Amino acid sequence: MTANAADKRDYSLTGPNSGPGFTPSEWYSSRIPRKRLKELMKRSDRPSMVNYSIWLGFVLALGALLIVTWGTVWAFPIAILYGVFYGSGADSRWHECGHGTVFKTQWLNNFFYQAASFMSLRNPYLWRWSHTRHHTDTVIVGRDPEIAFPRPPSIGVWISNLLYIPALTGELNKMLKLSFGKLTEEQKDFLIEADRNKAFWASRIQLAILVSIAGLSISLQSWLPLMLVGLPTFYGSWLHHIMATTQHAGLAEDVPDHRMNSRTVYLNPFFQFIYSNMNYHVEHHMYPMVPFHALPALHEEIKADCPLAYPSLWAAYREMIPAVLKQQTDPNFYIKRPLPADAMPTPDYQRPVLQAAE
Amino acid sequence: MATWIEACAAEDVENEDLIRFDHNEQTFAIYRSPDDEYYCTAGLCTHEEVHLSDGLVMGHIIECPMHNGQFDYRTGAPRRSPACIKLKIYPVKVENGTVFIDIGEPS
Repeated sequence: MTANAADKRDYSLTGPNSGPGFTPSEWYSSRIPRKRLKELMKRSDRPSMVNYSIWLGFVLALGALLIVTWGTVWAFPIAILYGVFYGSGADSRWHECGHGTVFKTQWLNNFFYQAASFMSLRNPYLWRWSHTRHHTDTVIVGRDPEIAFPRPPSIGVWISNLLYIPALTGELNKMLKLSFGKLTEEQKDFLIEADRNKAFWASRIQLAILVSIAGLSISLQSWLPLMLVGLPTFYGSWLHHIMATTQHAGLAEDVPDHRMNSRTVYLNPFFQFIYSNMNYHVEHHMYPMVPFHALPALHEEIKADCPLAYPSLWAAYREMIPAVLKQQTDPNFYIKRPLPADAMPTPDYQRPVLQAAE
Repeated sequence: MATWIEACAAEDVENEDLIRFDHNEQTFAIYRSPDDEYYCTAGLCTHEEVHLSDGLVMGHIIECPMHNGQFDYRTGAPRRSPACIKLKIYPVKVENGTVFIDIGEPS
């Protein structure tokens, strides 16, 4: 049984739900003393330089190993590792650098933002503005352009999204259209006029690099150049997206409280490194100006006011999968995260109250 | 025409920090720079009307707490997107340990 057409919500940014979201002051924030918040927000190049040097070091070393082992059986496991560092590592890093909080030195933020955007095959200007809207209107239907799992979710799309294949082909499609100076009505809704030409030129440059790499592969009659640049985004982004799926899937829509529409999940140190600590997602949304390296400390600061963090990726999926299956027939169903007894309640909101799972 | 009003005690604002000051229907941000100068701007970010008082002062830059847009609080000029529109700035004077702002003619 599938959901009735009447139960399907319109998630488009130009449809009937595209009216105003909540005002900034309506969004809930857990209280933190100003002095402590300033400490958490403080920018520093040092922890980020260490993190980014290790990341780049692995990308370069594994890339070199892939060249050396190309044509042997060893190339296969090395390509898998290289892809994870390249594709998944870059996907979390364009996001962090887009917030401008990673480095104290702004040109470093900008440099890594452009580089990681290319490695993720994302347009840096389009995504900066899309993500700005995502933070203004997190999981607000008709406002947030980054709702990955609209209800009722298609299981096929959901599974393929885990591997990021449709989204990546979508990014390539966007790159082509932007190269020709074309924007959709939805993109016009959040990309300001002043940045549109920059977006077009960024796509042209990215496309030119990809075409050059493809040309090199053809002239060398080898897949190796494309396996090093371009294709790793396809074969290596899966780990990032398996983690990123936990950010909002199955949770409440249209509620001005990140504790209700976002998840914090504990991960092992390797996953957390690849993911740039984005597993602290409630914290990231509540205080987006806190750099990634301070998110674990921010979590300690506010966890008593938040739902319990999930102990593992598996624990999050164990909750998400049945919820997504239930949403097939009941798109109004969502997971309601229980708050600790001493936590501040979720603010009242005006959109229709939906059926919740306790 | 100048309209000076008392905003706060000078010591209420920490070095390289800001506080929020509300007056009638208006909200302001009062800054103390690393070189101990005082400044005043409109209190809300020009991008999404978020209170800047929750943001971070870095040198002469105020960063919006929501989207990390940045302004030079001495001039109000936007320094990082998504901040694109200038902040209003107001004249400030400090007398006998009290900060006064002129809300008559912002620039």
